[in-house]
Amino acid sequence: MRSMNSKNFRNPALIKKIVNNIHQLADKPVNIMEVCGTHTMAIAQYGIRELLPPSIKLISGPGCPVCVTPAEIIDEIIEISLKTDTIIASFGDMIRVPGSRTTLEKMRSEGSDVRIIYSPLELLGLARDNPGKNIVFAGIGFETTSPLAAAVVTRAKKENIKNLFIVPAFKTVPPALRLIADNRSLRLNAFLLPGHVSVIIGSYPYEFLSKEFGLTGVISGFEPVDILYSIYLILKQIKTNRPKIEIQYSRTIKPEGNTKAQKLLDEVFEKSASEWRAIGNIPGSGLIFRKDYNAFSSRSKFNIKINKPKEPKNCLCGKILMGLKTPEECPLFGKQCTPQKAIGPCMVSSEGTCAAYYKYI
Amino acid sequence: MCLAIPGKIIKIDKNTAVVDFGGIKKESALDLLSDAKIGDYVLVHAGFAISKIDKDDALETLKLLNEIDEFKKLPESGTNKKNRK
Ligand code: SF4
Repeated sequence: MRSMNSKNFRNPALIKKIVNNIHQLADKPVNIMEVCGTHTMAIAQYGIRELLPPSIKLISGPGCPVCVTPAEIIDEIIEISLKTDTIIASFGDMIRVPGSRTTLEKMRSEGSDVRIIYSPLELLGLARDNPGKNIVFAGIGFETTSPLAAAVVTRAKKENIKNLFIVPAFKTVPPALRLIADNRSLRLNAFLLPGHVSVIIGSYPYEFLSKEFGLTGVISGFEPVDILYSIYLILKQIKTNRPKIEIQYSRTIKPEGNTKAQKLLDEVFEKSASEWRAIGNIPGSGLIFRKDYNAFSSRSKFNIKINKPKEPKNCLCGKILMGLKTPEECPLFGKQCTPQKAIGPCMVSSEGTCAAYYKYI
Repeated sequence: MCLAIPGKIIKIDKNTAVVDFGGIKKESALDLLSDAKIGDYVLVHAGFAISKIDKDDALETLKLLNEIDEFKKLPESGTNKKNRK
């Protein structure tokens, strides 16, 4: 669908026009969950909630990969970082997240070799340049990021690189949405679906939301005009009572997604159940290495047993990730828990719901 | 974490493209695209091009990266200060 080829995604006049249209359409309460952490940030940053009529409620969802990574995964990586012959490679936002005891950042200051990388491509150079060391990558992220790891692993296999390992903690978004759609207490009407995850997976994997649950879904871009126009499309669908999955972010997304990336993902990984921090186990929501690539799994190299740690006391992160609570309902929010001294994962990651609320509200 | 940035491919050497992000040039891997050409606009996530972009929209997005404050000057009408939850 070519929904909108706007000339200006931040044009105030255009924004005003869409906002007016939203106000006209909003004649009953509508609950919309924005799934993606980058949307949560954009909504807070641009003050989108303030532009909407009170009947439209935007609820933040589970789309912050760092927030939903269990503390035991971080503990596992920290344990590996204690080995002298390893280099831990991670995206920057991950190294500040506390496991049950400490963070990768602290481990680095205590002498562990922890490197921040911008791209998984750097793993190949690290592996080539450090033949005596094991390079271990924290494989954290959604479908936007996992194909990159799959590409790197296939390259490493061709090059016969033997000292590169990935901690398999990638997650997939649609199974988490099923869990949320199934939770009637949310009274959800629609999802604002993630833009960059959908670049890879397309719109088909979300169709169960409308077919099985009667929910509306619009895949949105990240500019104010994108988000507001997506909300307008949601309201229009609700008005006509024809729930379906629509693509507003059509300048980058095809309904079938990026099929080359999907093939690569499928070659390297297979689906498995996966634990989401503070939410629980979600069937089919994780990716583990297929047999042919299992030599690249950190679990095939290091035998580390971690006990499931307790979540921080009084932290509502799990309920917030499910859309059941807002940060303001957490008694620690903005008091004991701030981005400088974060207690739960929703405050540590810059795109966590608590961090987004703290920064912009 | 799922941030991706639009840019224009100005050079291709085998599996690697040089992508121009509004003046800043960086290498991006093309492993995930099958038909990228010089002149194409692509969305890049962590060093990999993950999709092609409609050209008109890409230019627009690039231009807008410099206009972030524009939205803050919005007129107040039609807004609802209380609806913050
Ligand atoms: S404010 Fe802190 S303690 Fe409260 S839910 Fe958010 S992350 Fe947890």
